[in-house]
Amino acid sequence: MSITINGRTVDFNPGDTVLKAARQAGIHIPSLCALECAVQPAGACRVCIVEVEGMPRVQTSCTLLATHGMVVHTHSPKVLKLRRNIVELLLASHPDDCLYCGRNGNCELAALALQLGVRERHYLGAKKAHALDVSSPALMRDPNKCILCGRCVTVCHVQQKVGAIDFIGRGFRTQVAPGFASGINVSGCILCGQCVRACPTGALMEKSAVADVLAALADPNKVVVAQVAPAVPATLLEAHPGLRTVPGTLEAVAGAFRRAGFQAVFDTTWAADLTIMEEASELVQRVTSGGALPMFTSCSPGWIRYVELHRPDLIPHLSTCKSPQQMAGSAIKAFYPQRVDLKGKGLYVVSVMPCTAKKYEAHDLGDVDAVLTTREVEDLLARCGLSLDTPGIGVPLDAPFAESTGAGRLFGGTGGVMEAAVRTAYKLVTGHELHEGPKLTDLRGTRGVKTLDVQVAAGLTLHCAVVNGLGEVGPILAEVTAGKSPYHFVEVMTCPGGCVGGGGQPYATDGHTVLGRLDRLYEVDRNATHRRSHENEEVQSLYRDHLEAPLSEQSHHLLHRRYTPGERD
Amino acid sequence: MLQDNHSSSPSMGAAIPASVLITPCCDRCTHSPATPCRHLVECLDHGPICHTDDLCRTRRADRLATARRGGVGTLIFVGAGTCGRANGALKIISKIKEFLTEKAIAATLVETGCVGYCQREVFVDVQAPGQPRLSYCDVSPDNVAELLDAIFVQGQWVNPFLFGRYPDEATSGWEQVPLVADAPFFKQQRKVVLEQCGVIDPTSLDAALARGAFQAAAKALLTMTPEETCAQVLASGLRGRGGAGFPTGRKWQVALSTPSAQKYVICNADEGDPGAFMDRAVLESDPFRLLEGLLVAGYAIGASRGYIYCRAEYPLAIQRLQEAIAQCHQVGLLGENILDSVFSFDVTIKQGAGAFVCGEETAILASIEGGRGMPRVRPPYPAVSGLHGKPTVLNNVETLANIAPILTRGAPWFAGLGVNGAAGTKVFALSGTIRNTGLVEVPVGVPMRQIIFDIGGGALPGHEIKAVQIGGPSGGCIPTPYMDIAVDYGSLQTLGAMMGSGGLVVMDERSCMVDVARFFMEFIRNESCGKCTPCREGTTRMFEILDEITTKPVGDELRRLERFRGILKLEELAETVKETSLCGLGQSAANPVLSTLRFFRHEYEAHILENRCPAGACTGLRTYRIETALCIGCTLCKKACPQNAILGDRKQAHYIVADRCIGCGACQTVCRQDAVLVAL
Repeated sequence: MSITINGRTVDFNPGDTVLKAARQAGIHIPSLCALECAVQPAGACRVCIVEVEGMPRVQTSCTLLATHGMVVHTHSPKVLKLRRNIVELLLASHPDDCLYCGRNGNCELAALALQLGVRERHYLGAKKAHALDVSSPALMRDPNKCILCGRCVTVCHVQQKVGAIDFIGRGFRTQVAPGFASGINVSGCILCGQCVRACPTGALMEKSAVADVLAALADPNKVVVAQVAPAVPATLLEAHPGLRTVPGTLEAVAGAFRRAGFQAVFDTTWAADLTIMEEASELVQRVTSGGALPMFTSCSPGWIRYVELHRPDLIPHLSTCKSPQQMAGSAIKAFYPQRVDLKGKGLYVVSVMPCTAKKYEAHDLGDVDAVLTTREVEDLLARCGLSLDTPGIGVPLDAPFAESTGAGRLFGGTGGVMEAAVRTAYKLVTGHELHEGPKLTDLRGTRGVKTLDVQVAAGLTLHCAVVNGLGEVGPILAEVTAGKSPYHFVEVMTCPGGCVGGGGQPYATDGHTVLGRLDRLYEVDRNATHRRSHENEEVQSLYRDHLEAPLSEQSHHLLHRRYTPGERD
Repeated sequence: MLQDNHSSSPSMGAAIPASVLITPCCDRCTHSPATPCRHLVECLDHGPICHTDDLCRTRRADRLATARRGGVGTLIFVGAGTCGRANGALKIISKIKEFLTEKAIAATLVETGCVGYCQREVFVDVQAPGQPRLSYCDVSPDNVAELLDAIFVQGQWVNPFLFGRYPDEATSGWEQVPLVADAPFFKQQRKVVLEQCGVIDPTSLDAALARGAFQAAAKALLTMTPEETCAQVLASGLRGRGGAGFPTGRKWQVALSTPSAQKYVICNADEGDPGAFMDRAVLESDPFRLLEGLLVAGYAIGASRGYIYCRAEYPLAIQRLQEAIAQCHQVGLLGENILDSVFSFDVTIKQGAGAFVCGEETAILASIEGGRGMPRVRPPYPAVSGLHGKPTVLNNVETLANIAPILTRGAPWFAGLGVNGAAGTKVFALSGTIRNTGLVEVPVGVPMRQIIFDIGGGALPGHEIKAVQIGGPSGGCIPTPYMDIAVDYGSLQTLGAMMGSGGLVVMDERSCMVDVARFFMEFIRNESCGKCTPCREGTTRMFEILDEITTKPVGDELRRLERFRGILKLEELAETVKETSLCGLGQSAANPVLSTLRFFRHEYEAHILENRCPAGACTGLRTYRIETALCIGCTLCKKACPQNAILGDRKQAHYIVADRCIGCGACQTVCRQDAVLVAL
């Protein structure tokens, strides 16, 4: 079946909208509100209008189902004029501070205005006058920059199924906000930041830590070190293809950071291996000696906040292990000064994360002083006149937190924690290495819920499930509530795709780029010398020198945490 | 959105008045909600049917006659709908009670709804034994004693308050008193929907039953298939009375033919247009007619659940509906297995929290589902996928109120009511600068002139009608030269107006059409749901431009230039909003601008080019001048002027520099010589 768009015949599949059919054929119809995850298209921004022969008025292509023989004009003079009028209307109430905006150079609204040739200001009326919401340590909301496209609302309700923000007020006073237009910090928001990535303008942003980090670097009384999360180099490689490999990209980041004034750069992947030692041991303990089952992973701070705020009854099911970011932070603060003379200076730990909720986690638990998202890395380097593309910039990461295994690297993607944990848990129970068959890779990929049964002993089969994105967790939690969950261990990643699809990742992230990043993680694992977390020699030496064994008293003190049920007024 | 649930569950306890008509005449009558009888409604008229007993027959006939009359003995009816209450009806009722007690007169007070003639409210009707029901008007808390004295003390039934009498075959000798229906305001009306409004006690199921309520429902449930019911409504030519005018029967057929185990019918009672109060009158004055229409609609499409989405600003309407639903449940006219037809139907009232957009059907669905009342894209249309994704029919109050007469009197009768092929009647709420304000029900397709001049009585003394605003805030203004336009769906569109839900606001030469457009645009700007760009942002900018036009450009050249540029943009902006908005409200939001631009462009030009409001209504464009002959040079005005626009020496006549004057009127307020005049 086909339709005619701008004189060209374009094939489509039944159920496709005109917008989808056009984009598949390489015809660009702009839209400010269309989203992949929307169950029903919003049709709110009206930018994607097209003329259809035989229809009385222009139609929004995002809501119009293609029917065979339809004749569509996407850029006719009438459409262009109306589309420009709509964008002019959006600009009329938008603050004129593009040069001071965090999305400067990266704004969909500005790009569209340019595309449509908006050159004149036709309206000099009222601007929006909402208060800024800077209440959260992770996210900022500027309702004045909001064009009310509703993408964030859709992402929050439909994709993440959190429902922390919605439209409030009517007419010109409409805004997107948490309930009663309160601050994000007192709302049901889990700070996952998926809304930030969906936002076409600067209305939703992470709270940048670049200035804090620069100030720390300039402070003569501080020793500044960094740790870099597993997903970050797999992502930065996209914009810097010359770095070729994930390890190469990581070393480039380390080199650039060293030039910026960091004294040492560590790999959070090391802490991922440490996390597995603790978490796998905790799982084995709960399965063999009793404890709340299923046990849920605790690496994803959005998920943690979700449980604390929305399902505090499930807190006993959460692993008490800190996330790799926090384990790294604790370990660095505890042991780095023993190894290097800080000369009385304070130690300032910066983490580089694909995640906005990590800012909240660090704020909540301490041990990490500042969190930069993947997006802010480029900001920081630009501020320092540095570039990852400089030839020869790479340097090895710093001991004693530099070594990583393939298992730890998998943390950056959905199913990775589970895969790494199963590899180590098997060893812990059986004393043998798991010679992985094809089954373990069933945990990979971007399906919503992935399950795996692993027989670890006669009569003991571990039932595992991986939840890819918070929006998919509902049925699993319902089973737990009903006391009918078949699982021992459940990995929950807040963001679809896992950390590689995190809220702190580049704006251009979509389903396609997420798959590419996952493949890069799998490739690192495939090529790794050590592929199991318990094979990480630096982690083992930590246990030998300091912690004795997983779940020891020292481990509990340093690497485990408590949870606080949210106050629900 | 705040939502209140008022389930119709029959649990209002002792507060529900028991139906006398449905009380068994003897042991042989076995009807109860648990054991429903097919002949229940039929039996009211010429029962008993299941047995022969003269005593029962007489008993039933007596009950029916009493219910039809409204009670026994002397009856005093007070029109106490919201409009009557606003005019003091409740105070009148308590004064009547005091009077009756004081004089020891035996009479029964009956609260009715609104008879529709707002101009002459409050109406008090008195029916003494052996006399017709006499209607008195212009009653107020201050003069009610006078009326009662004339009637009950002096026996002067014909007195200056008398408006007319209701027909009564049982009485004679009153021919010299004109019939209510022959009054000029009512004479050219054709009452179908409003037939019982203001006449019957809206809290009494018996009063409604005695005048034919639920006969249509019985006919449909017992003798017609759902297909036949839909076909008959389609054949009647009934179109949605909420504004869009979609054929009701077709909508029902779509919902009927969409397979689903659960379907819904929803009555849209979210009457939000400024100046519209047709639906309120029906809800408050004849709620059983609406329930019957909803029941038939449910039967016709196979829906067992009905909702009435009523705005919370209509507390009396909601109370009347609750009472009516409870009474229907009590006697088995709602609930399980109604009239032993196997059909079950339940009604829930949902209160809207006051958003204008919640009159839009997809916004109603979102609101009932518990979400924010925001329209969504259609298709899918609600008849295919509506409430909770199930086939849902949404009909306006007036539409549903027409269903019962269509079924009892037949589709051809209804189809023949209108003029030039139009079907049925339409209720309009007539307001503004016109002699007779109130509710007017006329055949669809009558000329506008008939409504405005024959029924409405034309302009107020000394004034001249300039235009009629029809169709609510997003309707259009029809100028006087077009008064012969037929008021039907098609004709109005040729003038850029629309039928709308029925608001008719009459304006005379004192109204400025730019100011009118500004007023309606301000309403729409505030009530836009905020979802789509053109409606949310476009109405804001249109309002600002209109606001600029209606105020004087003071100050620098740049601002004047910008004012001019905005105006140049106004028409294009209006077209953009009309063409690209998501829902019907947005698509018609520009109508006030487009229609006034079309017929009153000269007024816009006077505002823009000459800074002058021809109607003198835009205070922002007013300038003042000082009559030299009257000015004594006291300097009060000079001191009061915030713009330093007044020049003049002490004891010399002052003058106003027009360019500086912002028209605030401070000078006129302080002048003791009345020397400051508006310069036109």
